[in-house]
This record gives sequence, C-alpha cells and structure tokens, in this order.
Amino acid sequence: MIQPAKPDLVTVNIDGKEIAVPKGTNVIEAARLVNVDVPHYCYHPKLAVVGNCRMCLIEMGMPAVDPATKAPVIDPATGKQKINWIPRPQIGCGTTVSPGLHVKTTSPMVKDAREGVMEFLLINHPLDCPICDQAGECKLQEQATGYGRGYSRFIEQKNVKPKRTQLGPRVTLDDERCVLCSRCIRFSRDVAKEDVLGFVDRGSYSTLTCHPDKKLDHNYSLNTVDICPVGALTSTDFRFKMRVWFLKQTNSICTESSVGVNSVVWSREGVIYRITPRRNDEVNDTWMPDSGRVLYKQVQSADRLTSDIVLDNIASKAANLLNELSGAIAVVGSGRSSVEEQFLTRKLAAALAAPVSLVSRTAQGDKLLISADRNPNVRGALVTGLVSALPSAQLTSLAADIDAGKVKAIVSIGEDLTAAGLTAAQLAKVSVVYFGTHANATSAAAKVVVPTVTVFEKSGTFINQQFRIQKFIQAVPALAGAHNDLAALAKVITAVSGATVPAELGTLWPLIAAEVPALATMLYKNIPETGLLLDATPWAGLPFVEAQTLHFKPATV
Amino acid sequence: MAVIQVERKPLSLAERTYIPQIIGGLKTTLKHFFQPTVTLQYPEQRPEISKNYRGVPTLVKDPNGREKCVSCQLCEFVCPPKAIRITPGEIPADSPHAHVEKAPQAFDIDMLRCIYCGLCQEVCPEEAIWLQNQFSMTGTSRAEMVNNKARLYELGGTLPDQHFKWDKKKAAEEHGNAH
Repeated sequence: MIQPAKPDLVTVNIDGKEIAVPKGTNVIEAARLVNVDVPHYCYHPKLAVVGNCRMCLIEMGMPAVDPATKAPVIDPATGKQKINWIPRPQIGCGTTVSPGLHVKTTSPMVKDAREGVMEFLLINHPLDCPICDQAGECKLQEQATGYGRGYSRFIEQKNVKPKRTQLGPRVTLDDERCVLCSRCIRFSRDVAKEDVLGFVDRGSYSTLTCHPDKKLDHNYSLNTVDICPVGALTSTDFRFKMRVWFLKQTNSICTESSVGVNSVVWSREGVIYRITPRRNDEVNDTWMPDSGRVLYKQVQSADRLTSDIVLDNIASKAANLLNELSGAIAVVGSGRSSVEEQFLTRKLAAALAAPVSLVSRTAQGDKLLISADRNPNVRGALVTGLVSALPSAQLTSLAADIDAGKVKAIVSIGEDLTAAGLTAAQLAKVSVVYFGTHANATSAAAKVVVPTVTVFEKSGTFINQQFRIQKFIQAVPALAGAHNDLAALAKVITAVSGATVPAELGTLWPLIAAEVPALATMLYKNIPETGLLLDATPWAGLPFVEAQTLHFKPATV
Repeated sequence: MAVIQVERKPLSLAERTYIPQIIGGLKTTLKHFFQPTVTLQYPEQRPEISKNYRGVPTLVKDPNGREKCVSCQLCEFVCPPKAIRITPGEIPADSPHAHVEKAPQAFDIDMLRCIYCGLCQEVCPEEAIWLQNQFSMTGTSRAEMVNNKARLYELGGTLPDQHFKWDKKKAAEEHGNAH
C-alpha cells in the first residue's frame, strides 16, 4: 500500500519496495536508499548528469490511468492498479523520480542491457589488471564479475591508444583503459573551474586528452584520479607503489587549512602510501586539494626530531628549567595542535602562570577547499579557552617582553619562533622548551626539546572554520623516539606542578567536557564521522580571516 | 560383553623346526643380491624429480630474457604463511621492456615460512612464479633462507613461453590503428 507522502517527498517502488524519497532524486540515489545497487560509471553524486556510459539502465513504468477519465486502470488479475512498463530500458542516473514510479533493476531485460554494455566496454580494454593501479578498486573489474561474459567474442585487433601520458605533474593517463565516462572532464570544468580536459577523435577512437597548450596542473587534479571509475587516470605519486588491497584505511582530517577536509589515510605496516578525500557533504563533498595529499611525507622526513631519553627524564629536565625561571615564562601555543592538546597547553600555562600567545598562519585561500587560515585548529584554541582573541602572525609583544627582560623562558608548542618574528639574539636571551616534530631554528636553539608526533601518528579532534568538531584517528604507530603530544604535555604538567592530568583521550575527554562549556555534552567516542557543529555565537564578533569556500560563508559577509 | 576363548592351534613339525621360514627369508635376501641397486649416494647422486613436483618457488624469465613477473602482488596477497614480500617498481623508459611498465624492485620469499602449497603459482596471471624441482633448501642462518630476486631467477631459469603476450602488445602498439 502506498503511504501518503510528505509534500516534498515522492513515493516510488523499486524492485517491489516502496520508499519515499525527496523530489528531484534520481533512480540511482533512490535505489541506494533501499540498498539496491545500480551499477554506473559516468554518474557521480557531485557532478552533472550526462548519461553516457549506459551502465545504469533500468526498466521503469508508471501506474496506468484511463486517458479519457484519468481513472486508475485496475489489473483484474491482481486487483491493483496496472503498471504500464516502458518496453525499452531507461538510464537510472537521468531519470528523476515521479509519484508512483515503478522501477525494476533485476529483470532479464536489465541484466541483458548491462551485459551488453559491459561487453562493449571491454572490447578494446587492454585487460592489463596485473599492472594497473586501479585493480582492487576498479568499477570495471567489479561489474565484470557481475555482468561480464568471461570470454571475448571479439576476434579483431584491439584499438591502440596512447599509454603513459603525463597529463600534468601529478596525473598519468592510460587512454586504453578509459571508458569515456567524462567524469574528469566535468570535474575540471564544473568544480575546479579549469577546463583543461576533453575528448578528441570519433567513435571507438575517442581519446581523452588535454586541450592544446594546457596541462592538468591545477591544485585539484588528483580528484580526477579518485573519481576515475577505471585505471585510466592514475596518481603519479602513488604509481606502482602498493596494491590497494594491502592498505589499511584510517579516517583523518587534512591539516592544510581551517577547512578541515575529511580524508582517508591509506597505510600498510606503519608506512603511509596515499591520502584520499572522504565524503562529507557539509565540508568537502568528495574533493580534496592535491597539496593536502602530500602531507604524509612529513612522517618519514629526514629532519624528524627524536630522542633516546625517556619521556620522564625529558619532562623533569623541562620542569627544572621552568621552575627556576618561574614568573618569567611565556607559552606559545599552536593552532596546529588538536583540541585536546590545546586544552592541556592551557593547563600547562595555568600551572606556570604564564601568558599564552598563538601564531597565525595566513595565505590566500582558493575559494574552494583551502581557506585563508592555514592553521587547522585556531577555533579549537578559542573554544578550549587557550586564547580569547585571534592570533597574529608576529609575536611582537613577546619580543618586547624578552627585550625588557620580563620573559626569560618560552614553552613553544611546535611553533618556530624565528619564523614568528623573534630574532636569533632574542632567542638566545631566553631558555626555550620546544615541543615539536621537525627540526628548525627554534629546536636548534632550545634548551629542552620534546620530540612529538605528526597528525598521522595520533588521535584527536580539530575544530574547523564552521566550528565543526571533527576527529582524526591514528593511522600509523609513532616514530621511535617521538612521544605523543598529550603524554608529553601531561608529563611536563605533572613535573611542574605535581598535579596529574589524564593523557589518554578516553580519560581526558570527561575533564574537557567538565571544564569547556562549548564541549560540555561531548565525548571523543561520541563525535560522529562527519563531525559535530558547535554553537559559534560566543565568538561571532571576532574578525576571522577566512573568505568564502565550499560550504562555508563568513558570518560578516 | 562375553569373552570368547580361542583355542591356540598346535604348531606342525615343519613349523617347529623353523627351517621353511629361514629358507624363505634367505630367498628374499638372495633375490635382492641380483637386482639393480636402488640406493642413491644422496648428496652426490640426485633422484629423478617428477615434472609436476612442487618444490621451491622460483621466478622465471621468458625466452627473450624478460622477467615475467610484473609485481602485481597477487602471490603476496594469496600466500597463506605470508612468505612472499614484493617491492613493486617501474621499468625505466630506456629498457627494451618499457612497454610492460611494471616489474619488481625486490622480491623475497622466506623459505622458513613457505609451506609449498603452490597457491602463488596458481594465482599468478603472468605465469611468472613456478614451484620447480628444487626440493632441498638449506642454510646456516635465517637470512640465508630468504631467497631474494637474483636467487629466485637463478633457481627459476627460463620458461619456454608460447604466448609472448607483451610482445604482441608491443607489436600492436607499433602497428597502430586501422584508420
């Protein structure tokens, strides 16, 4: 029985199951809601519909009405309204739902149509899966299992097309594998706004190529690799590095800017091989900038800070130094720390009775997925109460305090103080305790260096420009000789003040929930994968630097 | 359960003398004196190994000297004791086999782990890995028991391949399309 639908919902029948879906949904998305998979290549939920692969063919019909009286025609055999089935298959991606629409996705006609499409797609396919990087996540492989015939009837010579074409600095194209779905063309044209790709030649000789004098070199070019349903577009960085079925997927957050792009880190045995975007319709859709995908290289970089000394000894050394200079200490927190680390930084500053400053890091945003604020978590510092005002790029007041002799020790959480405006002479006047991952001028000048870990080696949360708290999860084990930031901060707090603070997310979060009003009802484990939007009203008046990006509009505009 | 008492049969006179049994034994011994010897002086003499014997897994080259493995890593995936470890790599553009694109940089089989199941040979889409007639693997350290790529090709030799699928592919590329 058809349920009365809400005004903006349309009731359709897919394989005998009734479902109410929002108006404007196409059949592929409607079928997904009843767990029916309609195979497709060219359709992508975030791109324009073109309907050129013909893989999503379905059989559809509408309830019959008498043309003259508009009265429903009842089938005497079943006693229900008769369905007029269209005698030829229709594409699911281009068919928008209408009230009473009936769809068959498993009928013999649909199966025949899919098998026919698959046979044509595979006629000129090189079948080089053993050397293809897409193997394991290839739609052509998947559909061939369901709708392939297992042998070829094609006795003619296969077409030859260019292989190993460099479309741009990061993308390699194998035209023989291309199924001409045009997802990459539509992405470049509509999302990245750089219309560089197109088809040349006709019929079975159609070839994907760059426009003359242009290159696929925009900062979103690797998304074409992600959306390519086959192995035609492959990442030059990931080319022949590892098969995808060996890789463990860990949800993470890109630290490139305050957009907080949701990502997946692919690793095997503690080595990261690639980073791809993770769908979040409220933040990044299914896209990610290329520049954020190479950040995993910092994990294995040669200038990582490590130490053979156990953490307790480093912490007591830092505490001795800080207790000696008590009253003349400043803390430089970081907008790149996680919310939990910022909370512990605040605790450390309170234990030392030290003022906290933050360093801002700004650059031109790209209006899409890189914002002007290149710190991923400045809002976390505001929410946790580490700072109350927006940070500036230069630590001018701290520099003045050093010159005046008011500050004799600085605790820096991963911030390079020389890059933030302190001179080498000023740095030489103070004792620095540096928590950081990579060597720089500050770590070289520091009296105590606490080696910490990168975002891929720890878990935590960031608060992005929308005040959305999103969690990232440890993908690989920490480098030997580097310590988790939370453990390091907790040890130093204990060594300085004698008070113990929890250093694990599970035990720390109840404390955060108790002390931070904006996070009062939250626990780490309860934050959903797509993040949780916080109430931003306490900080509404602050002049944030971000301009408009995808799914974000600054409040003042 | 009831117990059945079985009467022991008394021995006949011939049986009691043991002479027929001794003669029977001597006959068997004598027969072997005049048969060809079957004992092999093992390390010097090696037995004939059946063609479908599944010995130590090896890598093979095709008659043109091209290494057949393209490092698809299916054997690494299927290997039940995880004895195989491959580092894939790209064939340099100036190589005569550049059209194959992919070959292993490193290929290690840990023979301390290998269980000689032959799944690697069965799964290989390129017919590059074969369990051949090598049946004795010895070494004095763990490292010695890991066959690296050079050793695997040394053990494997050349497979008289009839397909030459990559050569056909290259010929088609050079020939171009019909139009």
